[in-house]
Amino acid sequence: MLVRDSLDHCVKCTICESFCPYSQATPLFPGPKYVGPQAERFRRTGSSPDISVDYCSGCGICTQVCPHGVKIAEINSQARAQLWEERGIPLRNQLIARPSVVGRLGTPVAPLANWTLRNRVLRRLGERLLGIHRDAALPLFAGRTFQRWARKHVSPAAGRTIVYFHACGTNYYEPAVGQMTVEVLEHNGFHVVVPPQDCCGLPLQSNGNFPAARAYVQRLAANLAPYAREGCAIVSNSTSCGLMLKREAREILDVEDEDVAVVSESMYDLSEFLFLLHGRGELRTDFKPLELTVPYHAPCQQQGHGIGKPALDLLALIPGLRAIELDADCCGIAGTYGLKKEKYEISMTVGERLFSQLRESNGDVAACDSETCRWQIEHGSGMHAVHPVELLHRAYGLGAA
Amino acid sequence: MNEAHGRLVPASYDAVVIGAGLAGLTAALRLAEEGQRVAVLAKGVGATHLAPATIDVLGYDDGPVDSPARTLPEFADANPQHPYRRLSIDLIRASLDWFKACLSDHGYRGGLDQNLLVPTAVGVAKPTALVPETMAAADLRQGGRFIFVGFRGLKDFFPAYLADNLARTPLPGGAAVTTRVVELSPPLGVARDVSATGFARRFEQADFRESVLAELGRHLMPGEIVGFPAVLGLEGARKVWQELETRLGHSVFEVATLPPSVPGIRLYETMTGALRRRGARLVVGTTVAGAEGSGNRLEGVVAHTAGRPLTYRANSFVLATGGFASGGLQLDSSGEVREPVFDLPVAGLPGPEEPRFERGYFDEHAISRAGVAVDASSRPIDGEGTPVYENLHAVGATLSGAVPWREASGNGLSLASGYAAASAILEAS
Repeated sequence: MLVRDSLDHCVKCTICESFCPYSQATPLFPGPKYVGPQAERFRRTGSSPDISVDYCSGCGICTQVCPHGVKIAEINSQARAQLWEERGIPLRNQLIARPSVVGRLGTPVAPLANWTLRNRVLRRLGERLLGIHRDAALPLFAGRTFQRWARKHVSPAAGRTIVYFHACGTNYYEPAVGQMTVEVLEHNGFHVVVPPQDCCGLPLQSNGNFPAARAYVQRLAANLAPYAREGCAIVSNSTSCGLMLKREAREILDVEDEDVAVVSESMYDLSEFLFLLHGRGELRTDFKPLELTVPYHAPCQQQGHGIGKPALDLLALIPGLRAIELDADCCGIAGTYGLKKEKYEISMTVGERLFSQLRESNGDVAACDSETCRWQIEHGSGMHAVHPVELLHRAYGLGAA
Repeated sequence: MNEAHGRLVPASYDAVVIGAGLAGLTAALRLAEEGQRVAVLAKGVGATHLAPATIDVLGYDDGPVDSPARTLPEFADANPQHPYRRLSIDLIRASLDWFKACLSDHGYRGGLDQNLLVPTAVGVAKPTALVPETMAAADLRQGGRFIFVGFRGLKDFFPAYLADNLARTPLPGGAAVTTRVVELSPPLGVARDVSATGFARRFEQADFRESVLAELGRHLMPGEIVGFPAVLGLEGARKVWQELETRLGHSVFEVATLPPSVPGIRLYETMTGALRRRGARLVVGTTVAGAEGSGNRLEGVVAHTAGRPLTYRANSFVLATGGFASGGLQLDSSGEVREPVFDLPVAGLPGPEEPRFERGYFDEHAISRAGVAVDASSRPIDGEGTPVYENLHAVGATLSGAVPWREASGNGLSLASGYAAASAILEAS
C-alpha cells in the first residue's frame, strides 16, 4: 500500500501531536499531523506550502503511536523530498548525507581530519561556511576501516553462515564495534561473512534526496541479495540502516526491486537476532558477571522495527548487570538532524529528557543500539555509551577488540 | 542458520495483552504486579489520550444515575447481555480500589456509592464515579459560583460555551450554579497556537504560573470556584494544582478539553511507567494479526514487525483492542461485523430483518451492542457458550452488550473487565 493511502485513516485524534518530541521543542515544527496528513492537500497542487516539514526529524514516533495505522512519518519524509526537489538541496545536506564519501576522504588523513573536527576556530568556520553547528556531536575517524580488518580476518568454518551488514558508522568511526559483533557471532557458532558494502542511503533519504538514496540502497541490496537467496540471515548492529533495508526502502522510497525485497526478508537487527537465538536455546550464556548499572535507551529507529527491546532481554542474561529501561523517546540527533546549525538547539532540547534520565540513573555506562544516538548521548549527558554487543562481548570474556 | 532463520521464535511470556487502552493496561499491570512476565502489544496508543481520565461506571440509565452501587443490580437485570451482568458489584468495587491505589499520585476521589457530577468541556453535568483530585472541586451537586478560565492561544477549550450551557443545566436537588468566564493572556513566547499539552508543559514552569496567578488574582471574587482547562501540568500536575489553590485562596479544578486529553496522558504515563518498573514489555506500533494454537489452546499470537511476522508465545492472552472506533471490531460495506485478530464469534448483532442503524446520529443504533461475548472467566465464547480458547480473555470495548457513550460506562467497563480478566488468569495459574 502506498503510504499516502493511509492518510484517509487519519481521524485527527492528535495522539501523534501529543507524542512528537520535536513540536514540543520548537514552534518551527507545528506537529506531525499538521505538516503531514493535514498539509498533504496543499501539496497535491504541486508546491509545498512552507518549509515546516523540514523541521520533522523523521524519528517516526508519530507512526508508532498512531492507533489508526497512518504512516505519518513516512508521509512527512516524502513531503520533505518534494520540498527539496522544488527548492534544490543545500550543499551542506548533500555533504552530511554521504557518510561513506566523507569516511573515505577522512580515513587516510584521520589525524588531520580529527584535529580539524576538534579545532574550535575551524568548527566555527565550518558553521559559517557549511552550516554544521560548531558544538554538534561529530564522530572522530578511526583511521582504519572495519572493512580492512574484515578482509584480513579469517572467520572460522562453522555449520552456520551469517552475513554481517556493518554500515558506515562501524566502518569509519567504530571498527571495534564491528570486530566485537563478529567475535560474538563466531562465539555462538557462526561463520561470519562480510560482503563489500557501501552506504544504505538512509541519510540521503532523510535529507530529501530520494534518487540518490534509491541508487545507494539498490547497490547495497545487490551485494547482499545472493546470500539472502541462499537462505542466510543478515544482521546489522546499525539499527537505523537495518530498518532502511527491512522496510523504509520499500515504503518511503517506493523501491520495487527483487534484491531489496529478498534482503528485507532476511534482515535482522543484531539484538533481535541474538535474542531470537536465545528463544531457541541456541545462544551461549557462558557470561561472566559484570557488576555494572546500565541505563538503556532504545533509539526511535530501533522502536520502528516493532520488535520490542531485545537488547534489554539480552542484557538481563548477564549476571550482575543491572539494566535500567529509560522511557525518554528521542535523543534529538535523528541521524543528521542535530548536526545542522539551525536545528542543533532543538536537538539538544529534545534530548534533554534523556540526558537528565541518564544523569539521574547513576549508571556506569549507557547502552544504545544506534551509533549517532550514542554520540549524541555522550555529548549531551557526558556518560560513555556503548552498543549492547560490547557488553555481551565483555561478559563472554572475549577480550579487548 | 542457512536453512532456517525463518523458524526463529522469541522467548515466551506468562501473558500477552493486545491493546494499550485502559482495559489492556489494567489487565497487564495487575498481572505484572503479581509477578507475571507480561508483554503489551499495541497497534498504537489507545483512547486514554482522548478521554478525560474520569472513571464513569454508570452515569445514565433512564436518567442520570445517582448511585451506581444501587442502580447496577436492576440495570444488569434489565440488560441481560450487558458485561455488568457478569461483573459483580464487589468486583467493580475492588477494581476501583485497586485503581485508586495504583494511581495514588493522582489522588482519585469518589466511589461506587455516589456519583459525582462534573462539567464536561461543553458544559454538560456528567455523573461519574471517580475523578482525579485535580477535578474534584468541580462537583456540581452542592451548587456554587463558578468562574471558568480561558487562555488566549488555547484552541481546544471554549469557556464561554461551557459556562453558558452549564448555567442552563437543571441540577438534581435544585442545586444552584452561577457561571462566568475570564480570559487570560499569559506570555506564550513565539508560538502562534498552543495545544493542551503545550499549555501543560508551560504550567510546569514557575514563571508561567506566576504570570497566570498575577493576572487571574485581579479577577476573582470571594468564594468563587475556579475551573481551568485540564492543562495544569503533566507529571507535576498535583503540585501545580495545589499551588494554584494555595496561592489563589480559592478551590480550583480542571475541566477536560478537546483531545489530546492531558489527564488521560498522565494516566497513561503512570500506568505504563508502573509496567516498565515491573519488567513488562510494551511494544507500541505493532499489529497483531493472527494466532497459533492447537485445538482450543492458544499458544502464540503473530505480530507484524518491520521485517517478518514475529510470534509471541504465552500461557494466557488478553484481547483489549477496543470496539469499532479503534478497529478492534470491523464493519464492512456488506454489513458483516468481524473481530479481526482471532476472528472470534460476534454477538449482540441485530437480527437479519432488523435495522442496524437508526436515522438520527444520537439515536440508539442496534449495531453498537455488537461485540465479543465472554463467559464467567472473561473468555470469548461461541453461540453455544463454549470458550473459543481456554486461555484467551477479552476485555473493554470489544465486549458485546454495552453502549458506553449512552450509559457513561466506558472507563468503568474497561477497568472492571480488565481487572476481572487478570483475576481469572491469576486464579487459573
